[in-house]
Amino acid sequence: MLFELREVGLDRGGRAVLDSVSASIPAGSTAIVGPSGAGKSTLLRLLNRLADPDRGHIYYRGQPLVSCEPLALRREVSLVPQLPALLEGTVESNLRYAAELAGEPLDCAETLSRAGLDPSFAERDVAKLSVGEQQRAMLARALAQRPAVLLLDEPTSALDHAARDKIEAALGELRREADLSIVLVTHDPEQARRLGDQVLRLP
Amino acid sequence: MSTSIHVELWQVAASLVLVALAIAISFWQRADLERDIAVATARSIIQLTLVGYAIKLIFEADTIWLVLALLAVMVFFGAITARHRAAKVPGSFGPLLIALALAGASTLGLVVALGIFDPTPRYLVPVGGMVIGNAMTASAVALNRLGDEMADARVRIEATLALGATPREAAAPTVRRSLRSGMIALVDSTKTTGLIFFPGTMVGMLLAGASPTDAVRLQLILLYTLLGSVSISALVATLLAYRNFFTPAAQLRELEEPPA
Repeated sequence: MLFELREVGLDRGGRAVLDSVSASIPAGSTAIVGPSGAGKSTLLRLLNRLADPDRGHIYYRGQPLVSCEPLALRREVSLVPQLPALLEGTVESNLRYAAELAGEPLDCAETLSRAGLDPSFAERDVAKLSVGEQQRAMLARALAQRPAVLLLDEPTSALDHAARDKIEAALGELRREADLSIVLVTHDPEQARRLGDQVLRLP
Repeated sequence: MSTSIHVELWQVAASLVLVALAIAISFWQRADLERDIAVATARSIIQLTLVGYAIKLIFEADTIWLVLALLAVMVFFGAITARHRAAKVPGSFGPLLIALALAGASTLGLVVALGIFDPTPRYLVPVGGMVIGNAMTASAVALNRLGDEMADARVRIEATLALGATPREAAAPTVRRSLRSGMIALVDSTKTTGLIFFPGTMVGMLLAGASPTDAVRLQLILLYTLLGSVSISALVATLLAYRNFFTPAAQLRELEEPPA
């Protein structure tokens, strides 16, 4: 099992954002769906220790998550946030930054095409990209680390249909890669069915 | 430099005419500052008179320990004052206290070690006051900016942490900009010194009858000392304070509701 959640709870501002969540997330592609405010994004952030739960336990490949060194874990379990947040500079400089953090060699053209971007994007200034292109550059930046798990937080929520289809096409290709697992949060049940081998529903 | 000047009490009283002018302008233009000006004037009389007597005592006692005690009090109150401007930075008092103490100790230590000033109350008290005062302003401005920037850049910083960057790496651009904003005011005023304004020490020495050469030389020494002190305090304050935004597990502390 990739992730195992047992009775996981987390409070913010005196309110339970997650309450007694138990679930198993196998290798492959899993979509997490649920209404707005169900704690989907929070759950995703727990999986690479951008936050820790207040109650319960999470296991990654059988190991308690709290015993995993956070920086090493995040290079292996890479999260792409809902809103694009690239560093100033070119697309390539962002990819190189991520690859160097993970100690991985960078094949910029290959990484860009895995994220559905043309290799010519390497030299583009991130400030001049559309939101959809920035989101794919964020995906490419995560892929530059050659992660074992990709955590995607509403990857198409800010996009129009055309941009959404491009991201989904790229994710469809990535799903076929045997050594990469995907955990995707979405509010759209249709998208969950299109992209998830299994669907996990939060109440 | 052993000049002296005597100021009579009636001269000070006469200068209050300009305070009355300030109050009149505020009243006339409804700036609503009359009360503040009156309070500021009263406080300046009381505080400076008290500190004048304290300095007189310290000069007469002529022991280094009293000087160090006075400087320690200045550092403490400087950190408390600066903390108000750094309200968005969690636990800012410790970093500010260390920043002011280090800036004061290292710059005063260096000017004494280089033989620029004698380690006597006559030099250390006024120079120490300037050094710590400027260090306070610089670290307060730097941490004020740090608080704003950390809030603005929250999404980008967390996205960088998500790549496995250390808090230091993720906060680096923010820390850099904060440090810069703490230092820039003094750098700019050093650039324009003598052109747009005459610094206080030089004015004081000229009024006291010192030669312009001496006044300029002392002013240059003080400007460079202040540059050193401002850089050290802004650097130490930002490098210590940014850590308070992160947990030991390299997570951004929750300062507001996260998106669900």
